[in-house]
Amino acid sequence: MNMTVMDRKPEAINQSYLGFIDCDVHPFFKSPDEFNAFLPERWREHRRTIGGRTRVGLAKASNYPRMSPGNGQRMDAWPPDGTHPGSDLPFMQQQLLDLFNVSYGLLAPLVGGSGGERNVEFGAAMATATNEWQLARWCDPDPRLKAAVLVNVEHQSAAIAEIEKRAGDRRFVQVQIPPRGLEPLGRRRYWPILEACAANGFPISLHLGGAGGHPSTGGGHPSFYHEEHPSYVQSMQTLVTSLVCEGVFEHIPNLKIVLVEGGFAWLPALCWRLDRAWKRLHAEVPFLRQKPSEYVRQSIWVTTQPIEEPERPRDMLSTLEWIGIDRVMFSTDYPHWDQDDPRYAFKVALPEEWKRKIYSENARALYQLE
Amino acid sequence: MSRHVVATVDEIAPGTCKIVTVRGREIGVFHVNDEFFAIFNRCPHQGAPLCRGALLSRLESPAPGEYRLTRHGEMLRCPWHCWEFDIRTGQSWCDPDSVLARTFSVDVEPGATLARGPFEAETVPVTVEQDYVVINV
Amino acid sequence: MQLSSTQPIDCDVHLAVPSTRVLLPYLEDYWREHLIRRGIENDNLELSSYPPNAPINCRPDWRPPTGLPGSQFEQLRDHVLEPFQPRFAICNVLDGSQIMFSEDLSAALCRGINNWIAAEWLDRDPRLRASIVVPAHSPDLAVAEIERRADDGRFVQVLMLAMTEIPLGRRQHWPIYAAAERHGLPIGIHAGSSFRNPPSALGWSSYYIEDYVSQSPGFSGVLNSLVTEGVFNKFPKLKVVLIESGVTWLPAHFWRINKTWRGVRSETPWLDRMPSEIIRERVRLTIQPFDEPPEEHDVQTIIEEIGCDEMLLFSTDYPHWHFEGTDAIPPGLPDGLLTKLLVDNALATYPRLS
Repeated sequence: MNMTVMDRKPEAINQSYLGFIDCDVHPFFKSPDEFNAFLPERWREHRRTIGGRTRVGLAKASNYPRMSPGNGQRMDAWPPDGTHPGSDLPFMQQQLLDLFNVSYGLLAPLVGGSGGERNVEFGAAMATATNEWQLARWCDPDPRLKAAVLVNVEHQSAAIAEIEKRAGDRRFVQVQIPPRGLEPLGRRRYWPILEACAANGFPISLHLGGAGGHPSTGGGHPSFYHEEHPSYVQSMQTLVTSLVCEGVFEHIPNLKIVLVEGGFAWLPALCWRLDRAWKRLHAEVPFLRQKPSEYVRQSIWVTTQPIEEPERPRDMLSTLEWIGIDRVMFSTDYPHWDQDDPRYAFKVALPEEWKRKIYSENARALYQLE
Repeated sequence: MSRHVVATVDEIAPGTCKIVTVRGREIGVFHVNDEFFAIFNRCPHQGAPLCRGALLSRLESPAPGEYRLTRHGEMLRCPWHCWEFDIRTGQSWCDPDSVLARTFSVDVEPGATLARGPFEAETVPVTVEQDYVVINV
Repeated sequence: MQLSSTQPIDCDVHLAVPSTRVLLPYLEDYWREHLIRRGIENDNLELSSYPPNAPINCRPDWRPPTGLPGSQFEQLRDHVLEPFQPRFAICNVLDGSQIMFSEDLSAALCRGINNWIAAEWLDRDPRLRASIVVPAHSPDLAVAEIERRADDGRFVQVLMLAMTEIPLGRRQHWPIYAAAERHGLPIGIHAGSSFRNPPSALGWSSYYIEDYVSQSPGFSGVLNSLVTEGVFNKFPKLKVVLIESGVTWLPAHFWRINKTWRGVRSETPWLDRMPSEIIRERVRLTIQPFDEPPEEHDVQTIIEEIGCDEMLLFSTDYPHWHFEGTDAIPPGLPDGLLTKLLVDNALATYPRLS
């Protein structure tokens, strides 16, 4: 579309939001070749010939195409040079980091395909490459941006090695694992990786997505993106159920879990159901020494986007209280189409203390940021 | 209400938009199907720059599996959460009665008329040979 | 309150087929011999979703000394009909017959079950009503069974499992909805899975408690499918009952799907109303189990957020263990809701009860 775009006069930005910590930012590449600099020749060749392979029918496009160009991007987030939204640091600074004087932006890369890759050696190589790419393209030029350690959980030794390699590097604040894998993440075969995360001081970011090859719902493959989008909630719900009921938090008490891009209003009712079921079925999981909801309260955080919009806006307040104000962390999901703007995401006035916690203090404490 | 000359008609090609600032507010002026429309560049949902969204058709569907396009290019879709607004009335598709984008009335006037005034010329100097897009704010 | 004095309508009690052999007299000759020939009469067709000895699946004082809970009329009489004095009780049978891969075998067994229900239960007590058991994965045969039962007014609903091969809103299922609508039968969607697919996109979990908890998220997927595929558009008189969903997940579901709809509507343009509006109008939920918040006053908030007094249907969910004695009404429900919950909503949902 051919438009004359006038310079936007900056809107007066409410002080409450300035300096917030954005717990979900998506960087992208201007060219897929950017990863080559961090890959051995063998894998550069493999990328060129075979390419990434996960567990779906379409090699390149989404099973469920999104609603806007660029596979679901904000239409005004295309940088001036026409490259992909999220691929241009100066534009990201202009639209997000500088605009709101963001303290920290936590990167959640959905590029590189390392997490769901079936060739696990290749997956591990791409994970390392994507981690290096985050540092070189994003964190080093703008230290407000923090990286996530990507790993392929089906290659246990490589994943643990990658986690240990990044330990102590404060440019990395968490390990990122996609929820939709071959098996629920609470299963024992993943425990060594979970242990490594905790032992090395990394919370685990469970950003929605993944390609485990299973239908998006327990009742089979949906037809529409209209169903796929909310099906991520069901994935988060079963993820929480798995982590709790498998006794992961008994086994690894200092493990911290962040649920990213799943919304959060569903969490209280899930906890009530877990507690009720456990009352009757605790003999099946005797290693659980507390009610399930207590594990959730102690070890699980949520990011806000896509924030639910209660029909009565004030119901947001009770929802937040049921989860715990110290558990909720604001995120934009820039530059995706369904991102939340910090000024308008909440349709109800929050008490000042809650705003401080949700926009800044909770993330600062969890990730041990200055 | 005052009248503002914002563009010559040639400046805004069919299917495109010019964003102008009038009295401190950004307004998108659209050329759609031989008519001009103006909408406040702010989505009522979360404040997105509405006029940087896409012009699409109105979708009608009498039954599942049946798809019809009407009113080509007359729905403005917000660049963020894809809410759709009728370019003529500003009504949102999903909540026509309660969610509105603010619209402004638009006229096309020949330069000769405008030269006689009264008007407030904002960004566009007027000559009598051309036709101009005028919005009422 | 004394529940029995209101004569509630119990919208979910479970009958158990005592053994597959019990169905033999109720099968056609061909299938009777077929089962015997293959030894299927000796097979236990219990569903994985409901291990009968799991504590949650039978209240201790309802567990018989031998045999399956809910398999004998006397058990139902002593445990439900006497204490609760329902004016009607809607009987739901969950059995592996409904999910056998061979469609013809599945249909034959379902016919047998429905015959058994009529002869050994409905004929015994005029208060009993039942759901028609069908092979949902075989729409033509399911429709044939609905047509066969439609004239018996004591069958008041068509029963389907929440999670099967493909999402329930998909067009392959529509002949079933057409037949149900034609005969004024709601679709009763019962918690559980045929495990054609793992319980979620995460794959196969370890424990029964996980499967049990995941039944609730399963209903979100069901509703999203029914709504987005346009089942409620195509079948304007059809009602759906979600049986054993847990209830309190519904408000957050509304908030999420309404917001999604606004942005994604163009993919499913026949959806010209907010999903929550459609769901409030056409979908009902049985009250047990009720995943209650720890504080009773929060129940009031949830009920307000559900935002429709016509949605909830009383049920005991006999013999599953959700309450003690006759305390089948979740604590904290507003008094003003009770008449609708106990009687009126069921009468409005099940036209055949009147």
